Amino acid sequence: MNDQPIWLTFLVAFIIMNVLLIGMAYMTYFERKVLAAMQDRMGPTRTGPAGLLQPIADGIKLLSKEDLIPRAADKWVFFFAPLVVFVSAIVTAAVIPFGQTAHLFGRDVNLYATDLNVGALFVMAVSGIGVYGIILGAWASANRFSLLGGLRAAAQVVSYELILGLSLAGIFLLAGSLSLREIVLEQQQNLSIGPLEIKNWYIFSQPLAFVIFLIAAVAETNRAPFDLPEAETELISGFHTEYSAFRFSFYFLGEYIAMIVISLFASTLFLGGPSGPGSESHWWLGIIYLFFKTIIFLFFYVWLRATLPRFRYDQLMGIAWKVLFPLVLLNLVVTAAIRLASDGKLF
Amino acid sequence: METFGDNWLIVGLMAIAALGMGLLLLGLNLLIGPSRPNKTKGDPYESGVPDVSPVKARFTPRFYMVAMLFVVFDIEAVFIFPWAVAFDALGRYGFLAMLVFLFLLLDGYIYAWKKGALEWV
Repeated sequence: MNDQPIWLTFLVAFIIMNVLLIGMAYMTYFERKVLAAMQDRMGPTRTGPAGLLQPIADGIKLLSKEDLIPRAADKWVFFFAPLVVFVSAIVTAAVIPFGQTAHLFGRDVNLYATDLNVGALFVMAVSGIGVYGIILGAWASANRFSLLGGLRAAAQVVSYELILGLSLAGIFLLAGSLSLREIVLEQQQNLSIGPLEIKNWYIFSQPLAFVIFLIAAVAETNRAPFDLPEAETELISGFHTEYSAFRFSFYFLGEYIAMIVISLFASTLFLGGPSGPGSESHWWLGIIYLFFKTIIFLFFYVWLRATLPRFRYDQLMGIAWKVLFPLVLLNLVVTAAIRLASDGKLF
Repeated sequence: METFGDNWLIVGLMAIAALGMGLLLLGLNLLIGPSRPNKTKGDPYESGVPDVSPVKARFTPRFYMVAMLFVVFDIEAVFIFPWAVAFDALGRYGFLAMLVFLFLLLDGYIYAWKKGALEWV
């Protein structure tokens, strides 16, 4: 970590923000193409070569629509609630490390916006703020479907936030830190299982936590098969029923950016982040590795949506409280016991 | 490693930049998009059925139950995180203390389950 002027750090942060926005636009394209392939269709093909300009066309269309505010709505809350979702999703990316330092234009540049010593907690806390945007927007709409969608979102997100946090406690225990940069450094050491010598990625030492984290992450971002808050067939899009034009698209921006950030977060915690062969000497290799690791998770999201039907609400809450909650606690105790035994301090 | 100051300043700057970006897009929407409000557009969406009664916030008390469970068990998570980070320093004593804490917690969890607080129907 090197000291650098604040404007340079902000420049890095600004680039990260814009990459996220472009990434979000092309995530919608990626999702449509992959879904289409899984259903034996073509997906978008008309706008630009292979439909590549489709996300931009969608954006322009949304910008040129009428922004309706229902008569009964609480105007101010209705106005600002989508921005809460959008801002909290973007700010979460501040602590994700894209590498260590790069040597650019005769300067050493840190490849992360900030390195908080509570980084992992920051990601969970700020992504938890996003649900305020959902429930406030739902309440301010003065619509029955919206209200129900907002309540569902709140109950679902708080339940799975607990699971998400506790599933990561094992990693914090092994790494001895909450800083994402240090968790990545920790994973670059070697782990020997018998004759085998592998990188100490936490997916190998915390496989149960990894599976639970994946399930909780899908529920946390309100994605299929846990997309109960916006179940089209029963709630008519749920919390954003009354939203239109670009204000409506902030919910989508927020949801997709949250997906990207949680995929980056998962790659950082479980798959060693930007580390890989040659990433110590070439910083750009690290970014490419991180990109492909993130794509794996994003593909998994789309795959789930194409494969599984939506859960019922009692099933959703039952999984969180009756199955995953005891499992995360078990995972934590077993991890702690093994760690203690490996230090020779258990008995 | 610095904790306060620049690290959190960047977080604040990012939030302001994101908010600015959002307001810019909303302003652009206001500029480009048409504005022709009428009575029907202002009605709440009710699947085409005319709206007869105002929406009152009535919903099942199950949601309160979830909120309460969350508060109880999330406080526990707040306790577990610093313990996990300081695990190596705490050693065997820390491990046993956490086992006692988790046992007490499990007690409450089983009680809540038996009382039906975890059932949705």
